[in-house]
Amino acid sequence: MAEQQTRSWWLRLPVISHLRKSVGVQRVMLIIGVALSSLFVLTAMFAPLIAPFGYAQTSDESGRFGAQMPPSAEHIWGTTVGGFDVFSRVVWGAQTAAMVIILGVVFSIFAGVILGLVSGYLGGVVDRILVVVADAVYAFPGLLLAIVMAIVISGGQSGLFGGIMAAAISITVVFIPQYFRVARAETLRLKAEPFVESAKVVGTSDIRIISRHVFPNATRTMPLIFTLNASESILTLAGLGFLGFGIEPTSAAEWGYDLNRAMADATSGIWWTGVYPGLAIVLTVLGLTLVGESMNDLNDPRLRGRKRARKPGSGQGPLGRSKQTVPTAEDVDGTGMEATK
Amino acid sequence: MTATSTAHTGPVLAIDRLSVTFATDVGDVDAVKNVSLDVAAGEVVAVVGESGSGKTVTAKTVLGLLPETAVSTGTAILNGTDVISVSGQKMRRIRGRDVAMVFQEPSTALNPVFTVGWQIAEGIRAHGKVSKKEARARAIEALTKVGIPDPEHRVDHYPHQFSGGQKQRVVIAAALALNPGLIVADEPSTALDVTVQAEILQLLRDLRDKYGTAIMLITHNMGVVADLADRVVVMYRGDVVEEADAATLFADPQQDYTKQLLAAVPHLGRNSASAGAEEGGEPSGKLLVEAKDLIIEYPGRLGTSAFRAVDGVSFAIPAGEVYGLVGESGSGKTTIGRCIAGLNRATGGSLKVYGHEMVDFKERTFKPLRKDIGFVFQDPAASFNPHLTIAECVAEPIAVHEKRSPADIRKRVDELMDAVHLPTHFGDRYPHELSGGQRQRASLARALSLNPQLLVADEPTSALDVSVQAKVLELFKEIQSEFDFAALFISHDLAVVDMLAHRVGVLLQGQLVEEGIGSQVMTHPQHPYTQRLIASLPVPDPVMQAERRAAHRAMFTT
Repeated sequence: MAEQQTRSWWLRLPVISHLRKSVGVQRVMLIIGVALSSLFVLTAMFAPLIAPFGYAQTSDESGRFGAQMPPSAEHIWGTTVGGFDVFSRVVWGAQTAAMVIILGVVFSIFAGVILGLVSGYLGGVVDRILVVVADAVYAFPGLLLAIVMAIVISGGQSGLFGGIMAAAISITVVFIPQYFRVARAETLRLKAEPFVESAKVVGTSDIRIISRHVFPNATRTMPLIFTLNASESILTLAGLGFLGFGIEPTSAAEWGYDLNRAMADATSGIWWTGVYPGLAIVLTVLGLTLVGESMNDLNDPRLRGRKRARKPGSGQGPLGRSKQTVPTAEDVDGTGMEATK
Repeated sequence: MTATSTAHTGPVLAIDRLSVTFATDVGDVDAVKNVSLDVAAGEVVAVVGESGSGKTVTAKTVLGLLPETAVSTGTAILNGTDVISVSGQKMRRIRGRDVAMVFQEPSTALNPVFTVGWQIAEGIRAHGKVSKKEARARAIEALTKVGIPDPEHRVDHYPHQFSGGQKQRVVIAAALALNPGLIVADEPSTALDVTVQAEILQLLRDLRDKYGTAIMLITHNMGVVADLADRVVVMYRGDVVEEADAATLFADPQQDYTKQLLAAVPHLGRNSASAGAEEGGEPSGKLLVEAKDLIIEYPGRLGTSAFRAVDGVSFAIPAGEVYGLVGESGSGKTTIGRCIAGLNRATGGSLKVYGHEMVDFKERTFKPLRKDIGFVFQDPAASFNPHLTIAECVAEPIAVHEKRSPADIRKRVDELMDAVHLPTHFGDRYPHELSGGQRQRASLARALSLNPQLLVADEPTSALDVSVQAKVLELFKEIQSEFDFAALFISHDLAVVDMLAHRVGVLLQGQLVEEGIGSQVMTHPQHPYTQRLIASLPVPDPVMQAERRAAHRAMFTT
């Protein structure tokens, strides 16, 4: 039993387990999403190896690059109005985006989940105040809030670390209410579950109940919100950059800023400065959204597609999964069949 | 039997070699294998089986209600049409006209935002153009048939204005609206209280007698079968095990499985825990629980008064005795149990647990006593943390209250698992890998892990199949005599309580209407409500049940 579990633990990781139980269109969507997302992550990780030039580089041994140069052998995607190499900027931009997403979403998960657990479990006045605050934050347009935060934190413009932190914290503030609400709703549901009550009956302390019984069961939907929010936070970051509240071009490459600078080019037929950063944003958001949406559908047994069953009586058909894998509670949900072993 | 809509001779429904396979995440599951059965006009055929036997799937096939993941073969001829190969459009015409369904849970089968009249008329309008006035008249007629008083007025009421039993009558009225030849009733009385169940069964019987409607009754309750069925089909894991008339099946079951199933059904008056006991003097042991005029109220919302769930209840549980608390839903029995365990608050009177006053108790002073109270919950699936192994769940109370080494704790867990007859290696499994009965055993092990002197068991067997229930009850009895703890056993099932409890209390709307030695309460009930409760309980024996029914008929006239 124990051996079996160590052998297949990775098969139960979020995206991998979803891939295994998907079929048809849902599978294609998930695979495209995973491919685009991994392309984004790999580009971000290996940006120094992939990019031919630095993000703030305007010249090399053979002299200045020149502004608004069309795509050529040396600059495959051309150069911008500021004389940067477009390809290198797009590649480095992936790194900035990845860092901002990870920091922003991790911050908001920590704060949001802890607040949600405590608020949902304890209830009372604390809960009511936190819910009102979360609703108030929720009611603001996200981008506006992010702009305010960016100004408060860094005065609008700053270097690499300050800029990334400012963008990450701006995104955090926007997303905390989402994690807060999800964690709180799950906690409220779990609070009434007999297993939490049975812990209460034996006199378990609140902290132990929250950490041991409620928390592990409240995080089911987190990977899903993570992917959906990741794509939204890219848009927020790009929006900030586009509006000029992002990171300075000499501190880091940022897609939104590049798009902003490319605005004037579009009317004079210089397409390459805008298309590539724009495409990078679209594909990354598309990839992350596809992963998130597919996971959402696959988590729900009613939305999940399945292979058609073989005709009864036509002999043993191939089993969809190896027999060793133990059915999880989710698997059992949709069919009403109980695993009796 | 004149009003039948069928002009056919022969069976209303003929299922021949039906097989249904579901595509699931763990591969294909054969839910129904090669099942053949007939239902003749005016006949009540009961399909009996435990959960997973395929009885509901068979019923749903007849109405074409299987999910997309199912593939079925064979034939199911309903009034000359094979419902398995028929198109969706044609199936819609058959539903309601030739066959209708009565669901288990009447409160979810009705749409809360429409009047019941509208919902009954909806089926009528779906089959041809009918004026509003006529549809309404026919809805009233259907309500009259099922015995709803004042139907002209009630037809405009919403579902929440009806009681549970009345809602089920409305559902049956909707099924009857088009005079179908066959009604498929999927556990029609399971969600209802036993006294209401008796009324619904009476109604179904009347419908069959008056209108000749054939009924396919899906149930797991042998008492219901004995009460209503003409013929019984026993299913087990997708196969038909046995098929016979009701009288023959109960008197002379052929297959071992049927015999086991019948033996497992608790039978009121047999196997009573308190047989021969007599009311004698003061209880011997120390009183662990003492309730005097106990009042428990749930606070109302702003502007409404508090709801009084328990009203002036007095009883006592001495050490080593099992006290059975019986009542229907809403009687306050669970509230009392939760109050003893400190999950709810008592609001008035006095409730002493181990001498500690529970009215306005402070968590700090009660906490040390919590380890001396075990609690077994109703739903074994939900009472375990799905992220912990069974051993971790069972060890949780020990880990909270005692500082012991992990090896020491595991040793104790193994002892407990042994006591509840579970193999010790099950400790490494997760809750969802155990069956319902195994989980309830583990739940019992957890409740006993700190050797409590008092156990509160809240309907511990009502979520289980009959055969599993019998085993768990036996285990409970055995462990109780071994560990000698006192217990409050809460149940809606008189027969189950009688098997375990020495003393029994009967609750009605928060008040204790009768109390006494179990066997005496069961055989000589004093209060009219207790008499009614005992009369309602169907006995798994058609002959005896028919006698009882005749004797008590006056109580359930519809």
